[in-house]
Amino acid sequence: MLSLLMALPMLVAQQEPGELGEGLTAIGRGIVYGAAAIGPGIGIGIVVGNAITAMARQPEAAGMVRTTMFLGIAFTEALALFGFVLSFIVAG
Amino acid sequence: MAQTMKAPDATAPERALALDMVRRGLPVAPLLIGASAAVWGLDGALSSGFGIFLVLGNLVLSAAALTWAARISPAAIFATALGGFAVRMGLLVLAVAAVREQSWVEVVPLGLTIVVTHLGLLVWESRYVSATLAFPALKPRSSRTGA
Repeated sequence: MLSLLMALPMLVAQQEPGELGEGLTAIGRGIVYGAAAIGPGIGIGIVVGNAITAMARQPEAAGMVRTTMFLGIAFTEALALFGFVLSFIVAG
Repeated sequence: MAQTMKAPDATAPERALALDMVRRGLPVAPLLIGASAAVWGLDGALSSGFGIFLVLGNLVLSAAALTWAARISPAAIFATALGGFAVRMGLLVLAVAAVREQSWVEVVPLGLTIVVTHLGLLVWESRYVSATLAFPALKPRSSRTGA
């Protein structure tokens, strides 16, 4: 890790300014989208987990539970879409 | 246990919801495309149309996967919901990456259309569903027909 940090200035010095900018933009885009997808991933897990619990407790209400589950998943997914859109708008 | 937990798929509410959203989205699409065309020109309109296609495709794909999984088991629902999320986000990235360098792609209208269409359709559908939650995925036509 330390050697990587020490090698970084040398690597940066060898790069053309444009290449460095492109590389950092790509890394930043990945971090933004990756970070934005973590929350929705956890959220969808919670939504679906609770929906399955509800279906197990009350199978006759499965249709209603699945309806709200689908909407819950889609709403949670909107957060990931924000991150996705942000990543490619900011990167230009 | 698995037998009692198995979700009945006679109604397939996910499919009904997704088709409802597509039915509502298609008439609104020309408005969004027109607004984008007014601000960003033809490129904006094309980007906006592509964004609407991505959102509707994403919803339909999600509904199809969950409807299929509901026929199998609750565990399959869980796996499909989480795996499907990852796969669909990946497909979205691939779809945008594939057209990103095209001359007709404007990123701002494309991004705005994706967010606005997705959230708009969901809010619209949620308002409808909250009024009919007792009968999920059923249309409240009984009052109109007098039944």
